[in-house]
Amino acid sequence: MRCRQASIMFIVGLLAACTSGTPEPEDSASPLRVRLMTGEQYSNTLADIFGADIADSVAPPLPPLARTDGLLASGATYAGVTSDQIQQIQQAAAFVAAKVVDDYHRDFLIPCEPESNKKADATCAAQFLRKTGRLLYRRPLDETRVAELTRVADSAADQTEDFYAGLALALESILISPEVIFIVDIAEPDPARPGQERLNAYSLASRLSFFLWNSAPDDALLLAAERGELHTQDGLEKAVTRLLSSARLEDGLRAFFDDMMAFDEFASLAKDPVVYPMVTGATLADAREQTLRTVIDHILDKDLDYRDLFTTRKTFMSMSLAALYETPTTNGWVAYEFPEESNRSGLLTQVSFLAAHSHAVRSSPTLRGKALRELFLCQKVPPPPPDVDFSALEDAGDVPTARERLKVHNSNPSCAGCHLITDPMGLALENFDGAGRFRETENGAELDISGELDGAEYDTVGGLAQAMRDHPKLPYCLVNRLYAYGTGGPVSLRYDRNILSYFEERFGEHNYRVPELLREIAISKAFSRVRPAPEAAEQVVNGNRANPSKLALN
Amino acid sequence: MSKLSRRRVLRGMLNGSAVTIALPLLDCFLNENGTALASGTPIPQRFGTWSWGLGMSEAIFVPKKTGPNFDLPPEIAALAPVQEHLNLFTNFHVFKDAAPNLCHHSGWVILRSGIAPFTAENRPGETIDVTIARKIGNATRFRSLSATATGDVRDSFSYENGNSVNVPEWSPLRFYQRLFGTDFQDPNAEEFTPDPKVMVRKSSLSTVLDETKALNKEIGANDRARLDQYFTGLRDLERRFDLQLKKPDPREACIVTDRPQDLPSGLDADLVAKRHRIMTDLMLMAIACDQTRVFNMFYASAFSATTKPGYDKPHHTATHEEAVDESLQCQPNVSWYTRRAMEEWAHYVEALANFKEGDGSLLDNSLIYATTDQSFAKIHGIEGIPMFSAGRAGGKIKTGLHIDGGGSPGCRLGYTALRLMGVDVPSWGDKSNNTSSEIGEILA
Repeated sequence: MRCRQASIMFIVGLLAACTSGTPEPEDSASPLRVRLMTGEQYSNTLADIFGADIADSVAPPLPPLARTDGLLASGATYAGVTSDQIQQIQQAAAFVAAKVVDDYHRDFLIPCEPESNKKADATCAAQFLRKTGRLLYRRPLDETRVAELTRVADSAADQTEDFYAGLALALESILISPEVIFIVDIAEPDPARPGQERLNAYSLASRLSFFLWNSAPDDALLLAAERGELHTQDGLEKAVTRLLSSARLEDGLRAFFDDMMAFDEFASLAKDPVVYPMVTGATLADAREQTLRTVIDHILDKDLDYRDLFTTRKTFMSMSLAALYETPTTNGWVAYEFPEESNRSGLLTQVSFLAAHSHAVRSSPTLRGKALRELFLCQKVPPPPPDVDFSALEDAGDVPTARERLKVHNSNPSCAGCHLITDPMGLALENFDGAGRFRETENGAELDISGELDGAEYDTVGGLAQAMRDHPKLPYCLVNRLYAYGTGGPVSLRYDRNILSYFEERFGEHNYRVPELLREIAISKAFSRVRPAPEAAEQVVNGNRANPSKLALN
Repeated sequence: MSKLSRRRVLRGMLNGSAVTIALPLLDCFLNENGTALASGTPIPQRFGTWSWGLGMSEAIFVPKKTGPNFDLPPEIAALAPVQEHLNLFTNFHVFKDAAPNLCHHSGWVILRSGIAPFTAENRPGETIDVTIARKIGNATRFRSLSATATGDVRDSFSYENGNSVNVPEWSPLRFYQRLFGTDFQDPNAEEFTPDPKVMVRKSSLSTVLDETKALNKEIGANDRARLDQYFTGLRDLERRFDLQLKKPDPREACIVTDRPQDLPSGLDADLVAKRHRIMTDLMLMAIACDQTRVFNMFYASAFSATTKPGYDKPHHTATHEEAVDESLQCQPNVSWYTRRAMEEWAHYVEALANFKEGDGSLLDNSLIYATTDQSFAKIHGIEGIPMFSAGRAGGKIKTGLHIDGGGSPGCRLGYTALRLMGVDVPSWGDKSNNTSSEIGEILA
């Protein structure tokens, strides 16, 4: 950690000296958003304020989000809360509040002691509610609200004859407030641009904090907001540097990559135990963890070129994964490097990608090719037409390999168009079965893994990895997703083209170091300036995972 | 309530008097409760949904005979033990009009919301269970409950609107805790003391409501609807607090069951069936304890990825890739999947029918509406999409019938259900799906 801090500070220093390159587009700005807090953000916030034990003891009462333009996080800007959900939010609030005031926690979570445990104590209640409310609301509460909450605590203490029960009930009403559950961007006039708006300091603090930590602002960030520091260049840079140097950055980045790589699929992923007896729930959980560890180690701890994630052979190994990778290992997670001849290089050859984008019973070049394009290159693969004719496929008979099965599509023009943009990439990964285990042959037949990715030809898995690493859309896509993630909703093709090009260029100048890209986005004008509403005409209609545009085949 | 209630007419008939008067119109008996429990508590009306994926193999699914005592072709043979409790609806259509045929999406969206969606991401509005829950779900702890047998929290066909899903219970253990956790009030407990905390919760809601209103003024028009929805949700919460302050009516059929075991994730058909049965048992207890009167059970998703041990294609893939065996008149593995679904549907209906309540069963006082996403999934057909109902809705409908819709809108069944549950709408559905015609053949 110290090493990471030092390297970030070093780069910050370099940056100050180096201001070359195109300036940020003058008109850059982002829309105001009202985001529903995600389950993870809810848990992280509780953990930061009340401790991980309390956060872990309650299932976050928030709905799963609809993946929108590649990110679940972007779905939060459209998601509503049903009556049923509010009931669950209330139940969770009651549970959390009771824990906070229980015998064990009250000593360190409540900053004062009442005169009597059996009576109201407005002074102590107000002290606690003011302090905790500020962290939960992500802004200071005005005194009217503190007084209201204190009244709730007092009257509840009187009715229950219990100071702490009263306090818990007041805390409950904070925890169900829409201002807590929704992350609401609030604008104020921008003194630098008469007639235009910027995020107010607290909204900016929240935006920064959820972007980099996936959690609510801490006391220091709120203080910086309170003092107006976030609206000065120096103050903002200082705050961002602190956020980037914190251990919580890892939580933030894990959340982002988990979202971008669609790892929510792992929650329900399973493999047929008859076909893949060595794959259990623990194996799949470890596969997800392996990739996240690889990513964090590479982009954060070692601060390396993002693109090299797609060729690196360095990773981490666990006991349950070792069986799949057919390598010896020791207990726990250990750093591991795949041998050169292993055919494993980069994220695409890790079990997480290979298994998540396969069927329960077999591999799927189509699903893998589609995922590769959609997740990492931000390209869209259209769904199959409803009237697609599958008769040729049925007549293909018992062919041994996926390549031969998929050839059928290429003879059918209505299929070929889409399958040609997914299958050649997916077929290069056919050396890995549906669980991600290496295989030389499929059904006894040799596998031909040659192919082409947007002009780059290859005949080995390593060749695909290299083609992916060098793909011009790879850094663009990360920029696109990070900007959407940071500003709380999908990018606008109409308004964000210039700002995305700008970040892409900066990303390149920083040799594709992700922490520097995060920093560029966080301190940019676009991040805090408000683009006037509405964009109703091009508003992205909320996506629904219930009907993913999965290709019908293979 | 009409002076000439349907039950009075029926009672008159049973007493032997020759009644030549026409049965009162449906509207007249909509709010009638069924028979009473021994304790005198009226048995409430309930509405449920059930869903399976990927339609049917028409040639071996659709009975030759319509009306009562219809034949059970091989694909629905599993329904034999429950045939008397359900109705099968075939040859009803859903219409996409100007909207595209969105694979595995248009069908269920139309049957659940009455509206043809324009994009795969789009769910155009409130689903039927939500509409009905607004009417009959206000006297219970939960307005509605949803559960899925897939183990996937994202699998739900219940929406307040396109952006607001009612999240299903996906883990048996979590479902159990939600039902019988700390807020559960045993309706059969002798003692009842209103919890003073609930009173405080209720009174402190007003400040949260005020906050919601104030916040609404600070945000853009696009987001106001979401805050309004939150406001409505808080109001609903207030109502649930009121209920907690009243002694619940006793429910003799209510028993707090043992805590279930959680199951591993996965969609192997046996595992899904096991999960379905555990969730069914929990749901039945939720109904028997009158914790909800509206309940959704999700057996499989529209893109059902259920797997068959030893077979390399999940259900959805098989529908498109498996050839039709002309001698069997179906895609054999696809039909295997559908048969497994029908076994579970039979199990669900039987479980409700076997659950005694008062003089009858839970099923007697329920109406279950079962839908799927396609008719013939191989070609993404939505014409002739099959549907079922189960239960007699407190004696308001007849069962054991096979109804041929003659190409009329599938939304007629939803419309009938709405009317039976007391939702006073003149019609239901959009454009060609719009209907104001009940399925009269099933009305008792």
